[in-house]
Amino acid sequence: MSFAWARQYEPQNAFMKWMDERLPLPRLVYNAVGAGYPVPRNLNYMWNFGVLAGFFLVVQIITGVILAMHYAANQTVAFATVEHIMRNVNWGWLMRYAHANGASFFFIVVYLHIFRGFFYSSYKAPREMIWLLGVVIFLLMMATAFMGYVLPWGQMSFWGAQVITGLFGAIPLVGENLQIWILGGYAPDNAALNRFFSLHFLLPFVIAAVVILHVWALHIPGSSNPTGVEVKSESDTVPFHPYYTAKDGFGLGVVLIFFAIMVFFAPNALGHPDNYIEANPLSTPALIVPEWYFYPFYAILRAFTFDFILPAKLWGVLAMFASILVWFFLPWLDKGAVRSGHYRPLFRKFFWFGLIPCMAALFYLGGAHAEEPYIMLSQFATAYYFLHFLVILPIISSIEKPEPLPYSITDAVLGGKAATEA
Amino acid sequence: MTRIISIVVGIGFTVAVLWAFAFGVGPAFSTFAKHGQFVEPTAELELHKVAHGPEGGFSFDGPFGKWDYAQLQRGYQVYKEVCAACHSLQYVAFRNLEELTYSEAEVKAEAAQYQIPKYDPATSEVVTQPGLPTDQFPPVPYFGTGHPPDLSLITKARHDGSNYVYSLLTGYGEPDPEVLAKFPDFEVPAGMSFNPYFANVNIAMAPPLTTDGQVTYADGTEATVSQMAKDVSAFLTWTAEPTLVKRKQTGWPVLGFLLFATILAYLSKKQIWASLKPRKKD
Repeated sequence: MSFAWARQYEPQNAFMKWMDERLPLPRLVYNAVGAGYPVPRNLNYMWNFGVLAGFFLVVQIITGVILAMHYAANQTVAFATVEHIMRNVNWGWLMRYAHANGASFFFIVVYLHIFRGFFYSSYKAPREMIWLLGVVIFLLMMATAFMGYVLPWGQMSFWGAQVITGLFGAIPLVGENLQIWILGGYAPDNAALNRFFSLHFLLPFVIAAVVILHVWALHIPGSSNPTGVEVKSESDTVPFHPYYTAKDGFGLGVVLIFFAIMVFFAPNALGHPDNYIEANPLSTPALIVPEWYFYPFYAILRAFTFDFILPAKLWGVLAMFASILVWFFLPWLDKGAVRSGHYRPLFRKFFWFGLIPCMAALFYLGGAHAEEPYIMLSQFATAYYFLHFLVILPIISSIEKPEPLPYSITDAVLGGKAATEA
Repeated sequence: MTRIISIVVGIGFTVAVLWAFAFGVGPAFSTFAKHGQFVEPTAELELHKVAHGPEGGFSFDGPFGKWDYAQLQRGYQVYKEVCAACHSLQYVAFRNLEELTYSEAEVKAEAAQYQIPKYDPATSEVVTQPGLPTDQFPPVPYFGTGHPPDLSLITKARHDGSNYVYSLLTGYGEPDPEVLAKFPDFEVPAGMSFNPYFANVNIAMAPPLTTDGQVTYADGTEATVSQMAKDVSAFLTWTAEPTLVKRKQTGWPVLGFLLFATILAYLSKKQIWASLKPRKKD
């Protein structure tokens, strides 16, 4: 893998030489994120978010493992053990707030990472496998985050679990039994809480494994870049270390500042107050909402309010799952050879004036009360969402006339002369 | 082929969602035409008010907020003499009261005033014993109407909780007659009280703080209703998050360090990338 001019690892002393001959782990790291990985020299700050997502995965695993030492997954005491962490465990409040806000930040950086992929068509050949693995990671994150939110056993935990597992109940014929099987009962209780805890502990390590595949797949063709022009020569690249370790280090510092502001000064701003009320199966909250990072998909779920051949609820469930599954097909729906949105005039307009406002609306509407005018707006946004990915993208990729591309990355960076057709 | 299938699927979802839109748009706009808003107006919606804080706010507000320990002690007194008749405080231990600058002996004496149900290891029966500092506040038996919630977390369990508790305690009164004229059917159910800050404006809790001087403060502060409400809201903010001030105070050095580290990271990034610049004219 990698380019012919990639630097080769050379052990610096006798021990490293001994090590390299037996277990070339330092060589692996050198080639993965060290000087041995040549990266396009023109990456902008939108390319920071992959590393940041990896960082927040590590934050979540470390804080999560510590929290698990003090938490008990039993419906009679789960809520109380969370309060025990907040009050009696040394720095427990910091661990829990870092974990809760860490989940939000994980999703923030991953959403930015995904939308960078949308704009620069990072999913196009030869990077389809990186994209597919990325969507798998996102689905695993959603499952993990959902189950994690159930663990404190507050009102939103309980009713969220009820609503989300109820989605499986909408599946014809097997739905009801499937829901009972998933929950281990007719409603969320101890069985559900226990299995969610077990899976919530397991899935992050599965995510870590898929992240390794994601990064491995990335190192075959190498990183994409803002021009979308493939690397042609050595002058197009710089070694990952020190150039991008330094750039990612700065990006990490900036994100950590925002993270610290949330953790120390507004730790509950992204949560729902109802989750500080212990789960009560006899009292339904006025508004059941998931965590903010699920709002777009929740808005899509609730947009289907009338039966159309199939029951409305089934449409909602299908649409919600389909809204993410369509990402799997992007590499084959958006076919044009030009990748970067900078050189795709039509695509760019639909991205900035279609997809972005649509997603912003869905983010807002998913947290709103299920009443007008929010329902109508979410129906419009949902319609646009599916039209964008399934109808508009395939059509514009065949009719669009891209703008001239720079000859190479070096030319793009240094203002070289030859701007030719790709 | 992929693209034809995708266009068919995309149009399928679009038609289904716009079908729902077509059915919803009529009723929505007829409501709008009638009332000038999309939701049917109700007395509850029009009478409901958004919580506000006491004048001058709380001492713990803002990024530099600090506890006012005298206030927390007064708030504890209000809780003990008024709220504790119906509301428990189950996640707070007596030992935690030392954080309100009570001495160890005072906390011991405080705990001993409570009877705590415990298992007697000799007989395996539940017996009540005087509380120890390590005990938590005991459950409060309640036989009236409504369900008095445990108050340990109340300010975190409500939106804008500290201000909400203050507004609720000082917000009892009569409904706005103008709104009542619009909704002649609206009435406060028997045994309930009107409170515009409560979610559905009718609350089962009778006004708990009714007269100035209801509590005689040990520190001599004048116990107006507003003062008592403010003090107990502060106390309940502390019970909900005893580490609130420590959290904010920890945040500043962390932010300072991160700012410093980020500036260094920026400078080193700049220096490392500067080596690429001279090649600009090659």
